[in-house]
Amino acid sequence: MASLLFRGILIHPPLLNSSNALFSRKACAYYCRMRTITRAQVATQVNQPPQLKYPPNARNNGLEILLKDYETIIGIETHVQLSTLTKAFCSCPYNYGSPPNTSVCPVCMGLPGALPVLNSKVIEAAVRLGLALNCELSFNSKFDRKQYFYPDLPKGYQISQFDIPIARAGYIDLDLPVEFGGGQRRFGITRVHMEEDAGKLLHSGNGNYSQVDLNRAGVPLLEVVSEPDMRNGIEAAEYAAELQRLVRYLGVSNGNMQEGSLRCDVNISVRPLGQSQFGTKVEIKNLNSFSSVNRAIDYEISRQVLLLSQGQGDQIVQETRLWEEGSQKTVTMRKKEGLSDYRYFPEPDLPEVVLTEGYVNKIRGSLPELPEMKRRRYEGMGLSMQDVLFLANDVKVADFFDAAIAKGAEVKLAANWIMGDIAAHMKNEKLSIDEIKLTPHELAELIAAIKGGTISGKIGKEILFELMAKGGTVKKLIEEKDLVQITDPTEIEKIIDKVLLDNPKQLEQYRGGKTKLQGYFAGQVMKATKGKANPGLLNKILLEKLNAKSS
Amino acid sequence: MLSTIQFPRSLSRFPLPLRPLQALSSSHRSATTSALTDQSPPSTSPSPSSSSSSSSSQILSIRHSLLSRELTATQVAESYLSRLRLVEPHLNSFLHVSDSVLREAQEIDDKLSRNEDIGPLAGVLVGVKDNICTADMPSTGGSRILENYRPPFDATAVKRVKALGGIVVGKTNLDEFGMGSTTEGSAYKVTSNPWDISRVPGGSSGGSAAAVSARQCAVSLGSDTGGSVRQPASFCGVVGLKPTYGRVSRYGLMAYASSLDVIGCFGSSVADAGILLGAISGHDRLDATSSDRGAPDFTAHFPPADAFGAKPLQGLRVGLIRETLDSGVDHGVTSTVQRAASHLEELGCTVKEVSLPSFSLGLPAYYILASSESSSNLSRYDGVRYGSQAAAEELNSLYGDSRARGFGAEVKMRILMGTYALSAGYYNAYYKRAQQVRTVIRKSFKAALDENDILISPAAPSAAYKIGEKKNDPLAMYAGDIMTVNVNLAGLPALVLPCGFVEGGPAGLPVGLQMIGAAFDEEKLLKVGHIFEQTLQGHRFVPPL
Ligand SMILES: [Zn+2]
Repeated sequence: MASLLFRGILIHPPLLNSSNALFSRKACAYYCRMRTITRAQVATQVNQPPQLKYPPNARNNGLEILLKDYETIIGIETHVQLSTLTKAFCSCPYNYGSPPNTSVCPVCMGLPGALPVLNSKVIEAAVRLGLALNCELSFNSKFDRKQYFYPDLPKGYQISQFDIPIARAGYIDLDLPVEFGGGQRRFGITRVHMEEDAGKLLHSGNGNYSQVDLNRAGVPLLEVVSEPDMRNGIEAAEYAAELQRLVRYLGVSNGNMQEGSLRCDVNISVRPLGQSQFGTKVEIKNLNSFSSVNRAIDYEISRQVLLLSQGQGDQIVQETRLWEEGSQKTVTMRKKEGLSDYRYFPEPDLPEVVLTEGYVNKIRGSLPELPEMKRRRYEGMGLSMQDVLFLANDVKVADFFDAAIAKGAEVKLAANWIMGDIAAHMKNEKLSIDEIKLTPHELAELIAAIKGGTISGKIGKEILFELMAKGGTVKKLIEEKDLVQITDPTEIEKIIDKVLLDNPKQLEQYRGGKTKLQGYFAGQVMKATKGKANPGLLNKILLEKLNAKSS
Repeated sequence: MLSTIQFPRSLSRFPLPLRPLQALSSSHRSATTSALTDQSPPSTSPSPSSSSSSSSSQILSIRHSLLSRELTATQVAESYLSRLRLVEPHLNSFLHVSDSVLREAQEIDDKLSRNEDIGPLAGVLVGVKDNICTADMPSTGGSRILENYRPPFDATAVKRVKALGGIVVGKTNLDEFGMGSTTEGSAYKVTSNPWDISRVPGGSSGGSAAAVSARQCAVSLGSDTGGSVRQPASFCGVVGLKPTYGRVSRYGLMAYASSLDVIGCFGSSVADAGILLGAISGHDRLDATSSDRGAPDFTAHFPPADAFGAKPLQGLRVGLIRETLDSGVDHGVTSTVQRAASHLEELGCTVKEVSLPSFSLGLPAYYILASSESSSNLSRYDGVRYGSQAAAEELNSLYGDSRARGFGAEVKMRILMGTYALSAGYYNAYYKRAQQVRTVIRKSFKAALDENDILISPAAPSAAYKIGEKKNDPLAMYAGDIMTVNVNLAGLPALVLPCGFVEGGPAGLPVGLQMIGAAFDEEKLLKVGHIFEQTLQGHRFVPPL
């Protein structure tokens, strides 16, 4: 179903570029569909506008019909780069974007005689993620060497975990976006293991030579392998998004896909419905955003279904394909000729990894409220699934929301403000919620001031922008700027009288039947009161005055 | 007898007479030396001609000479350096000789002249096997692939030696990356045995053993993966100490087989080996496999020679490993070791034969595990970041050519064997099986050492053989490691010390006795070794060179 719904996005690409639609409060079908995708993008590409240029005719109706006869099996391997202060096995710091080879030492350069020493924060992060993914932990695990030659791999082997991963047999629960039919999904987690990252190759402009940057070599990774439980691009993208949410909630990684802190490799196979045997497995790499996960899978499903339906199933071979963002296609990167033999064996330079009950319990006790729990709690607060998904998406936003609620803000109003003007401001100013000057406490104050009638909603909005940009307190702003709402009917009446007196011509026209001018008068009153007149009272009194023919 | 300070004949060029050690008063003196120097025997002539059979500590005599101002560090260094240069053309022990020895010696003299503290190894010239990294000297591991390679750091063991005042005199020759038992496997030169220059010094630490044997330096560091300290110690008639796995940091030791490699010590006396071990052992945060046990003063409890009494080792239970006297061991070696066992009995030990049925399994298990680990450890020598790089058009030939030209035949063979043993489909039959054998061996040693305080065996099935004799017969060479590899598999400490001679060469060929102790029981091994050494009559292990 979801893949069919997804088509809705594909055939309406222009809508995706209307950026303010994201925070619009209007309920519109297309808006909903976009939101998921854009939401995912916002999470990773805060500084980049979404760039979805999927050809509108990517799938024709014929293919659509074909798709119904096939089933897709998708599993994902995700590499999560840990945000530890130092690398996994040496004391070099890692900062994305540092000049090449400025964060290296004998250990991560693989110099003769250098030895790895495990950074204990890596184990802590692995246990945290393992617990958050509902895994069974291995209380006795070890490191192994995975051996292959490549210039970005200084030692000629990668320190990894082979037969005893630190965590296994877990699952992740997530809510599909409402516009894709909604609903909850549980995807299995096969294993989580610790390993080290490789360096990077920098290819010269003319392609004559390559240079090696080892800054990234030895940076700790957790590899998370899912069960082949996903059936379409949306599920896969949502799985990846949930994993990103999880590592950010846990604080173990920044989860940034553009910087490669979260890298997804997708395994995909297609088979005719009813066939018990799996189709040929193809791996897709170079997926730099959730939407590319989604679109690459969609493309690959189409490609394979088309080949299968045309009797060319033999052209689907076990291989690694690369997602090309430019052409929106997957292309062959390398064919797999037999299984590669990594000659794993236990890493003799590192002692076994032994966890104690006490250690694990301590970590379990320190876990924050995780996205799934948060969503269920928000749901219980009576928020709509749209609101729930938005608020729980970003741990910082959720924390802000929770703090505002704790200060007494009304749930639905707080959600509206955050999802509306605050989100729009963050987007325009390219700020995260903890970078704006507004505090959750002041948001609660603001909501209370409006609700209590101290200020109007309109004034409230003005104050909000001031608070977000400059900070300060609601109380002080109201006082300083003399913004307290005029709720005294006599005072409002006086001003209305003056406005009517000053505009005899318009009054005459109104009474002559041009009742649309009511808005004009209201505007004049608001202008005279600098927007402070209580709108309800104003309209009530104004109407009485306008219609009182005797005067 | 330790207290009798006398340099061997070979060092008779010492410009000044050497006096016996006296109790030294300076309070900062290392505890390491205190027990030994408590003995204040009557003064004897320093003349080598009046030598007794026992070995004395060069480290302690140097220290005494410096503190008593009888010699300057510069004089000591000059004496060793001239000896080194004199015999080096015959031996080829060194791949590199430091050019800063005299400068470092002068610094010690400057300190002495200012009455500043000097470390317990001050002025001691230390040879360092070339697979141990030194920041200011090339470190090639005996391989072409690291020709002219200079590490940016000192190995922890070297750093500790230097911190205690030791002077690294140079880098000693070895079989490439420690893979070999003759030192013929060096990419650069063949080292000769000081007892007979037509014979091998053993290996792989042949340069370190030959250099100490020929008194080119006072002590030296080697590495022992399957016997590479102990077998050359036996061949060259010096003391070789293989510490417990984890006792000494491996940081800076070019890995051959990480789970077996240890840095070991050579000395011309048990005391020197023990003092050097004390200097280099202890936890190192740069080596996750280094033990956090504190390093005791290994020689503190050496009894004074005049307090030995009639039976200084009364009650010590010694197990003679039956399987090490089987066929395949030279008769001369067997009888020498049996005489050594009798000597131990005379000292009060109870010597019993003990059987280790798994003993013969050690050799194949060792070669599988060591080759497997080496195939992985040597992957880093790919010509990309350091070392010799072949000119190549594309990546695979860069790798292929760099490694084909950089590695010698023995290294290539072991990489291939190891790659094979770790390959899918073979892993269980080879690597995994060998690990199981290792566990069995570990347990059988544990059982034997529960029954005995120490175990003894020959250090090698033969004395030093001729250069070239086994060069084209790797299996014969591998078989020579039978006495030592089990100890590495079990991770135990072992001390080899000369115990006699067999016929051969111009002055006979030394035979080493191996004493194996329980894990981290070096102190006991050294004490027993010291008493054995000081009471052994009629032998003088100074080569004729
Ligand atoms: Zn580093």
